[in-house]
Amino acid sequence: MPELIAPIAGNVWKILVAVGDKVELDDELVILEALKMETPIYCDDAGTVTEIKVKEGDAVNEEDVLIVIG
Amino acid sequence: MLDILRELIFTSGFVSLTGGNIVMWIISFVLLYLAIKKQYEPLLLLPIAFGILVVNLPLTFLMNPEHGLIWFFYHYGIELDIIPPLIFLGLGAMIDFGPLIANPKMLLLGAGAQAGLYVTFFAAVLFGFDLQEAGSIAIIGGADGPTTIYLTSKLAPHLLGATAVSAYAYMALVPIIQPPIMKLLTTNAERKIVMTKLRPVSKLQKICFPIITAMTIMLIVPPAAPLISMLMLGNLFKESGVVERLTNAASNELMNVVTIFLGLSIGATMTAATFLSPKVLFIFFLGLFAFAVSTAAGLIMAKAMNLFLKDKINPLIGAAGVSAVPMAARCVHKVGSEANRRNYLLMFAMGPNVAGVIGTVVAAAILLKNLG
Repeated sequence: MPELIAPIAGNVWKILVAVGDKVELDDELVILEALKMETPIYCDDAGTVTEIKVKEGDAVNEEDVLIVIG
Repeated sequence: MLDILRELIFTSGFVSLTGGNIVMWIISFVLLYLAIKKQYEPLLLLPIAFGILVVNLPLTFLMNPEHGLIWFFYHYGIELDIIPPLIFLGLGAMIDFGPLIANPKMLLLGAGAQAGLYVTFFAAVLFGFDLQEAGSIAIIGGADGPTTIYLTSKLAPHLLGATAVSAYAYMALVPIIQPPIMKLLTTNAERKIVMTKLRPVSKLQKICFPIITAMTIMLIVPPAAPLISMLMLGNLFKESGVVERLTNAASNELMNVVTIFLGLSIGATMTAATFLSPKVLFIFFLGLFAFAVSTAAGLIMAKAMNLFLKDKINPLIGAAGVSAVPMAARCVHKVGSEANRRNYLLMFAMGPNVAGVIGTVVAAAILLKNLG
């Protein structure tokens, strides 16, 4: 199952989708905050969001799974 | 009655006011505006601007040697070189050298970007500055506030206000100054390069780094000791993980306390008499030149490294070789993501960025050794 991975360490600033949302390639799904800068994370696969593994304010490491897409 | 009134007027500041004072008020108001409204480095700009304002109110004698309140801050904090190393202690406690340890080649970028300093040094000499002044102006290209203040206070204290303000101003203006140079010197294809993942760095390596770096640099360039020792001590606090209270004290409370005295003292050196001279305009111009050349040197260095590297680096990260932590790294990240939105250069750029801090300190120590 495709997953959205955090490309850099940081804090989850905003989650722009909810479970059940249909997403397309290149959609902005999550905004991470690192070094006081917002970094949008884009979707790599089209599909439906089945699980959101983080919540806003969480600290994430590089490679952590943020969202699972079915 | 009339005598009392006359007495009041003649001992008031109004009588001694000069046109220069009023120009300095305006400069102070502009800086206050930039700090409060635009939030350009407000932590520094705000106390600096207020320092400028109060020192240009006549007869207050705040900067009178041996008497004035702010003179004591200035004398003990800056003339005796106490505050810049304390700021470095706090910086060390905040900086993560991980990206540099993971890829030590980044030291080359941090060193390469210092080329701007040397170019500017000779340019400043050509403009008629003496060697000590030229060294103080050149260090602006390192884009590191505390190092600039440290070096200027030793070499050319009369230029302190101008070099400090231009260093901090250009750091705040990184997102405006750097991108055009970055785009000019790199191709779109180069900017799109996605770099290979950094290897993980163990805790042991992170603990050894400040110890080994402190020893190596201080043995090679002993004049770098005040700044490097404090920077690495702060980092050792952080990475050791056993003195969280000291880490927090160094990076929060102590840092904030000395920032107040630093900003106020720097501002207070800017009296109309010292600041309003054509020299100051040249300093701002040469400082900008230094910063631009350093950015370009970092980019060119990165491109040169790519000729030899199997895993190509994105040359944009060379621009982060000027210190300006983390503004320059953020700027690299932003320009990189404009070219390829799946390019997350932030952590890669932090490598040269923190190497740049070390590079600037070493450059300052070399200037100090030869000119001091």
